[in-house]
Amino acid sequence: MRALLLRDLRLALRAGGGFGLGLAFFLIVTVLVPFSVGPNSDLLAVIAPGILWLAALLACLLSLDRILALDWEDGSLDLLATSPLPMEAAVAIKALAHWLTTGLPLVAAAPVLGVLLNLPAPGYLWLVISLAAGTPALSVIGTFGAALTVGLKRGGLLLSLLVLPLYVPTLIFGAEVARRGAEGMAVSTPLLLLAGITLGAAALLPFASAAALRVNLR
Amino acid sequence: MNHMSIWKYANPKLFLQTSERVLPALWGLAFACLAIGLVWGFFLTPDAERFQSTVKIIYLHVPSALMAINAWIMMLVASVIWIVRRHHVSALAARAAAPVGAVMTLIALVTGAIWGQPMWGTWWAWDPRLTSFLILFLFYLGYIALWEAIDNPDTAADLTGVLCLVGSVFALLSRYAVNFWNQGLHQGASLSLDEKENVHDVFYFPLLVCIAGFVLLFIALVLYRTGTEIRARRIKALMARERAGA
Repeated sequence: MRALLLRDLRLALRAGGGFGLGLAFFLIVTVLVPFSVGPNSDLLAVIAPGILWLAALLACLLSLDRILALDWEDGSLDLLATSPLPMEAAVAIKALAHWLTTGLPLVAAAPVLGVLLNLPAPGYLWLVISLAAGTPALSVIGTFGAALTVGLKRGGLLLSLLVLPLYVPTLIFGAEVARRGAEGMAVSTPLLLLAGITLGAAALLPFASAAALRVNLR
Repeated sequence: MNHMSIWKYANPKLFLQTSERVLPALWGLAFACLAIGLVWGFFLTPDAERFQSTVKIIYLHVPSALMAINAWIMMLVASVIWIVRRHHVSALAARAAAPVGAVMTLIALVTGAIWGQPMWGTWWAWDPRLTSFLILFLFYLGYIALWEAIDNPDTAADLTGVLCLVGSVFALLSRYAVNFWNQGLHQGASLSLDEKENVHDVFYFPLLVCIAGFVLLFIALVLYRTGTEIRARRIKALMARERAGA
């Protein structure tokens, strides 16, 4: 399992494009927001938590098809399927690798981009906490979507259509934590619900992803 | 197997024979119910005090909203049956129900908007009920798109079945998340009307007839479309066999 994780991390770091692109996309979307809604800093302060969450979600979405597609093309997935490692574990490790290379950098970059959007001071801590608690769910759910569409030639748009509705609860609770934090309100209820979604998805969805992957490898 | 068992209809031939025998009666009953219910509702009931004549749209709105949810539940049950027992008719019935459910959701959303304009002064509000129906519509779109995208019918049935299971959990989660989210925005301000409390007997009975009509229409459409799917697959198999022979 560790070998698989290290291999995925190394590939993401060295193969180019995977690691930096998500961050760059996050930056660009955040920069485009003031152009579309105007430079009014009061307005930006209000919408900053939601915009940052949405941008992080989209950055995560963009890199989903890389989780399995490359391994599908070169046959590594078939090797994984015949290895003694259960498919569920392999899928979970792949989701973890995706989070480490995509979600974690987004969490780290979010406060810097918060400055650009005039995020109120109390919001920074909660923005980082909510993203740290919520992005793992995005990776796990996204891996499920990738497992469903891995056999398809033009799976990219379909992947978005399948995954985005599944992201709704995570986005609602995550953005709510960040928004309440920025306004200085109590955050524990949405934060606990967000953590619940992340833990529940991480515990159960690998089984669904593995089932989908087995069907696709059949 | 028990002689009266429902599983015998998993045989496509028997399913086709039986559904062909039942369908004319179903169509007839469905349209009779709809005609009676809608005419009764539209022309023979008084205007409600608070809503004036706009109340009459409930004869389309409530049944379609009901069927929008029940169609998804029917797809869920059919998907589970396919995954557990591998009956092809079941998978095809789930496929056949999806577009019907999506259209029901759309009807519910559109009639809701038409009703909302005079009542609330807006076509659309991010009320929990409206929002969760919009999300349900997105789930239908994703499900249908996945069916269309995969060539191998068994792979498609398996993957859409898994999607239906996972999607049901997330649709339910979204429903509660949306409730939470809107409460967070407007404390206690609810636009949604509680039908049960507002509906008097005068409106209730024609509404029941309309609901029966929508249920029958849904069953008829699903049986009909499932039959179409079975025949389409047979044609495909025949053509493949001919090509292999030639």
